[in-house]
Amino acid sequence: MATVAAVIASTHHPFYLKATTSTGDERPPFADEWQARIETFRETLTRAEPDVLVMVGSDHFHQLWLDNMPQFLVGKAPYYDANWYNEEREFGLPRMTLAGDEELSQHLLRGGLDRDFDLAFSNELRIDHSITCPIITLRPEADLPIVPIYTNIFAPPLPQPKRFVQLGKAIREMVESWESDKRVAIIGTGHLSLELGGPRQFGEHGPDPEFDRRAVEWIANGDLEGCCGEVTLDSLHLPGNATHGFMDFMLMMGVAGEGVKADHVDTLDLFHTMEAYFTWYPDGSSPGRGGFETVAERPPQPPEEGERPPQPPEEGERPPQPPEEGERPPQPPEEGERPPQPPEEGERS
Amino acid sequence: MSKYLLDKFLYTVDRDPELVERYRSDPAGTVAWWEDEMANSILNCHSGEKSTWLVLSDEERDVLVRQDHVRLFELGAHPFLTLTLFIAMFERDHGPLEYQIAYGEALQHLSLPYPDIAT
Repeated sequence: MATVAAVIASTHHPFYLKATTSTGDERPPFADEWQARIETFRETLTRAEPDVLVMVGSDHFHQLWLDNMPQFLVGKAPYYDANWYNEEREFGLPRMTLAGDEELSQHLLRGGLDRDFDLAFSNELRIDHSITCPIITLRPEADLPIVPIYTNIFAPPLPQPKRFVQLGKAIREMVESWESDKRVAIIGTGHLSLELGGPRQFGEHGPDPEFDRRAVEWIANGDLEGCCGEVTLDSLHLPGNATHGFMDFMLMMGVAGEGVKADHVDTLDLFHTMEAYFTWYPDGSSPGRGGFETVAERPPQPPEEGERPPQPPEEGERPPQPPEEGERPPQPPEEGERPPQPPEEGERS
Repeated sequence: MSKYLLDKFLYTVDRDPELVERYRSDPAGTVAWWEDEMANSILNCHSGEKSTWLVLSDEERDVLVRQDHVRLFELGAHPFLTLTLFIAMFERDHGPLEYQIAYGEALQHLSLPYPDIAT
């Protein structure tokens, strides 16, 4: 059977590439810190040595439109072109083409339907930044086949939050029952509190830092009971009008499992939104193709250099961080002529 | 009133670079052309078939011609569509993030619950 090599949940900030490839006056002051956090986060996937990536995201009115809107959709294609004209225009995201794993797509579609999820499918899907952002941050080589899964967090009426959790649990079961010797990483991206096109957008922080703090706790602790007890379709309007994207984090909590603490937790408070990064290694095992030590057996690492901002709760329970690597994988192509970066925090009047 | 048709306008213009420029420079002409030619086209579908019943209300047409993002929000147009298109048209006239911040400040009179965006 296939191995779930890692479960990863992340925000998807479309400006990461632009911010961290800018130079000189155009490079925002937070770019170095952001890049360092992402490179540490990337290592949590690299260590897992995945062969294939299941990628959970949400189309932002690119290919999926209101005349034919699926709630949950699985891509089944040999290739996926990626990123759209308006993402190139606004975020400087490059065009990409990713290979697909049709066998795993077929397995998830068949298994999902048989578990009473009436999944839509697409044999020609151009994916957007909800999936390419984690490719850029976590696997910039873009060298692994993917299975994209889209959820509707965007165009009401939406599925209930519990349905996202149920689908996450089902995805985990289905990957683990896939007759393959491949190592599968399941990666999903969503949002914490977020406002787009409303009065609370582009503030110094996310629109609801208290929601963000609690959300990070829920995710880091695998606290599905606490999360599901408080989060409803109605309640998600309160932290910000685009906060329904949090349901993709709930889906990933379903993948990770009830009560399972994340092995890597990191957050970064940016203008407009808080970034949040989580990695779980199923069964507490250190990833690898065999013969690797468990996380608990890894020797303690020396303390960090001191300039890392405070971590979210549970820091004491985090496993030692992997050693830094000297040679980072290549970045996606630079756009070169992108417009200037957003200013640093504090410019909001 | 049709939130769907407002959204369809924003969506079809936003995804087409030439239409973004046309709408920026000639809002009235673009809205009139769009309603004649595009409002009833079935997107993501083979050509040759059209719907027969989609029409903007007088207020919707006026709001689109005036490029009034505040009123679009109040009418329940999808905020992501409005924001994305308006950034494409007007961010270039401002300093970094100036436009986005002013856009939000123009909506400060609104409080929860926001207008329903369900279509």
